[in-house]
Amino acid sequence: MSQACSLLHLAGEVDREYTMADYEGALARWCPGCGDHSVLTAVQRLLAQEQLKPEETVFVSGIGCSSRFPHYVNTYGFHGIHGRALPISTGIKLHRPDLNVFAVMGDGDCISIGAAHWIHAVRYNVDMVALLLDNNIYGLTKNQTSPTTPRGVKSNTQPQGSWLPPMNPLTATLGVSNVSFLAQTAEWIPSHLFATLKAAFHHRGFSFVRIVQRCPAYLPKLYEEAIANPDAVEVLVHPDGLEAKDLEGVYKNRVRHNPKDLDAARRFAEDDSTVRLGIFFKDGSRPVYEDTRRLPKLTVDEKLQELEKEFDRHAV
Amino acid sequence: METKLPLIGADGSEEKAPPRERKVTRHKLHTVEIVSDPGEGAQKCAQIFGAVSAKMGNGVWTVEIIPAEIQPPPRVPAGASGNRIRLGSIPVTNWGDRANIAVVLNEQVLLHRHRLDALEDDAIVLIENMWKDHADEDIRQEWADAMEEISAKGYRIIEVPMEEQCLTVVDDARRGKNMFVLGMLCYVYDRDLELTKEQIHHAFRTKSEQVYLRNVDLLELGFKWAHENLGFGFEVPPTGDTRPHVVMNGNEAIAIGGVASGMDLAAMYPITPATSVSHHLGEIFLNFGGLLHQSEDEIAAVGVAIGASYAGKTAFTITSGPGLALKTEFIGMAIMTEIPLVVVDVQRGGPSTGLPTKVEQSDLLAAIYGQPGDAPHVVMAPATIEECFYSMITARKIAEAFRAVVMVLTDANLATGVSPYPRPALDPSWVAPPPDLSPIPEGLRPYDWDPETGMSRRFIPGTPGGVHTLTSLAHDEGSKVAYTTDVVQRSMTMRARKMAVFQSTLKPPVVNGPEEGDLLVVGWGSTKGAIEEALERAQEGGLKVSSLHLTFLSPLQPGLREIFSRFKKVMTVEINYSDEPDQPYITEDNRRYGQLAWILRAATLVDVDCWTRVLGEPLRPGAIYEGIRQRMPKGGAS
Repeated sequence: MSQACSLLHLAGEVDREYTMADYEGALARWCPGCGDHSVLTAVQRLLAQEQLKPEETVFVSGIGCSSRFPHYVNTYGFHGIHGRALPISTGIKLHRPDLNVFAVMGDGDCISIGAAHWIHAVRYNVDMVALLLDNNIYGLTKNQTSPTTPRGVKSNTQPQGSWLPPMNPLTATLGVSNVSFLAQTAEWIPSHLFATLKAAFHHRGFSFVRIVQRCPAYLPKLYEEAIANPDAVEVLVHPDGLEAKDLEGVYKNRVRHNPKDLDAARRFAEDDSTVRLGIFFKDGSRPVYEDTRRLPKLTVDEKLQELEKEFDRHAV
Repeated sequence: METKLPLIGADGSEEKAPPRERKVTRHKLHTVEIVSDPGEGAQKCAQIFGAVSAKMGNGVWTVEIIPAEIQPPPRVPAGASGNRIRLGSIPVTNWGDRANIAVVLNEQVLLHRHRLDALEDDAIVLIENMWKDHADEDIRQEWADAMEEISAKGYRIIEVPMEEQCLTVVDDARRGKNMFVLGMLCYVYDRDLELTKEQIHHAFRTKSEQVYLRNVDLLELGFKWAHENLGFGFEVPPTGDTRPHVVMNGNEAIAIGGVASGMDLAAMYPITPATSVSHHLGEIFLNFGGLLHQSEDEIAAVGVAIGASYAGKTAFTITSGPGLALKTEFIGMAIMTEIPLVVVDVQRGGPSTGLPTKVEQSDLLAAIYGQPGDAPHVVMAPATIEECFYSMITARKIAEAFRAVVMVLTDANLATGVSPYPRPALDPSWVAPPPDLSPIPEGLRPYDWDPETGMSRRFIPGTPGGVHTLTSLAHDEGSKVAYTTDVVQRSMTMRARKMAVFQSTLKPPVVNGPEEGDLLVVGWGSTKGAIEEALERAQEGGLKVSSLHLTFLSPLQPGLREIFSRFKKVMTVEINYSDEPDQPYITEDNRRYGQLAWILRAATLVDVDCWTRVLGEPLRPGAIYEGIRQRMPKGGAS
């Protein structure tokens, strides 16, 4: 029986406490060792901790391995078409600002075919969480180069090795006007992943989180060094960002970075000599699109009166 | 007929000009063009003249004459800008054939109209004469050359010293001639000057009182000049329809119809000739609590509309052919996931970028069949500006009732044509009811298709008990991804069945003219008025020809095969491309038919012929009449 049905008897129960199990959808069918699994767990933990009502929460995705995500979360879900999770999310929020909207995208989905929407979504600054599950390769369609595939990596479409330097989603995001939240985290550090998602959820605006992760099928070694050697990772810390105190013992490279400092954020984003995790930028004062478009609610009678006025303007 | 008209003095005094005789002729239909360089205000003049004429009870159809270039140099044919206004003592349904009178601000824009055969052979041309004796020798030569070129026609050229006259009132005649022209036309057509002044006041409502007063001076000057110098006038009696009317163009009607339908969100990306729908929405939508979203591209526009529809109330997107092409994947997804959606396609000339400002009906097949896979949905086409308004309400209702995508195909002819229609009587049922967010009954699934009808209840986010993941992949009743043979076949059947159920609610189209005969002309969309006018001529000429006009193109209205069987021949008339049967290499095997003709041939197994043209302009009734004569079945022609 579907999970949707198992929750039906809960309708109308107001004070019920949701557990992580309540957010479990269908059994996740990603490859063993895929980073998507840990993101799913962190998200379910967040939903439970925030006690988000399943019927008031929507996960929107495009097409790709990570875009199967909504099927595995027991909330409303919208598994759409390749690259287009963000326009759908924007439409949902414009009509229903009260819903919690999460977009889940892969690197092909967000950075390649959906790039125009990503850039503009940063500028619209709709209040939602956008997760980029970046494994640097196309997995669902079996090993094609993605925009974030490192230079020289061989794939089925570029068997001689990727010709060009990869796109940097961090610098691109920080280059867009009205950017309001950018973070980077890693699927293999669950506490950092969870803390980042939580900060993203609590930020009012378009919270863009890039999650670097392994593809065990096609790029198993990409983050091998960073996983094995905590010194290959740098953690940005700040009282207004993430403190990540629980990681102090393992991740010694800690750099204080004020997430209000856009110039510094851009410098950190540009430097790819290390795997850098943390909140790069955060500014809750930027205009949120649906706030700028807040609408009066009209009754049918009021609408008809307005219509009468409109016909008056065209009357002959 | 010779009439003595009461003199309305330009400045209110009646003595200044002596009463004089003039010849006033009476017309059922009469067409005037006002043409200038861009920026000289011909369109403003024409809008005011059209509005005044509508208020005086005439049928009116106004179309824009749009320059072919963005910033053409002055005095070139390609810069011709203005309007054609067709007045009638009957409702006017189309732009007609050729103009009876033209007011032109230079001889080059006259050449533009002449070369397009836009003027009757005996048309009266009121032309600014400052160019004839201009200081610049080249301009004098251009004038002479133009007069030579048009001399083959019997136009009655009347030189008017517009510049000279206007300079008695204003310093810069370029910004005033349009009101002088308006004054002349008010004299020629006996327009009510007070009404005209009110309309000027309305047209310049954002400008200062000084601007208004100056324009009134110019209006009266033009009127006075015409009175003293023109010995003719035209009488076009009112239609006698005393019902209150509203006047607007088709794009405004789409915008107001969208608002009246209760839809709260429209998403679009600018594209000619659809964009002005959003201009009007931008102006009025907020008053209704509606949101106009300009997206980053055509794809995002339809995506935002779908997202909003999914979250509750049906939304709409507005585009033209190239934009429709970009939206196809998303439209297919809305059909697959059964999210209600209204898509307006204001068709323009194609293929590719084609003719952005010009009319065609060449998106029909793309609209019906353009989506990847089998994607049953509704395609409808309003035929008049009035229908543009009502079709948006109908489209919204169909979309919600059937969880369907409804495409509304208009075109550049309707988009920019301005015409009055009876003021709609408000109906609360137009406005969308709030979406059903009541808890989902236990056991009900997101696609619990009724096996008979394919209908099912929408599960809208926020609804308790409805949690599910919607997917663009093949899915079962529970919205679970399913590739099994029976689910794929069943789900496709259900999505198609809804269209059959919808079709069963449609009425057969009404035959215009005798119920049987030699030829049945079938049209769709904006050509209705021109087809029916052509038909009148054909019927007066004794041809046994009738017509019918289809509002629904997919699914088709019922009864077509039976109606077709009563005619010796059936032929579509469309503004899209078809091969002429007698052209080189064209055979019965390879002939390309008009787009509706293809559909009708397939749907009825009748050997439907077609007469289509892609001229970058609306079809002229006279041309359709000739087409009918050519294509009459053997033994049927008189």
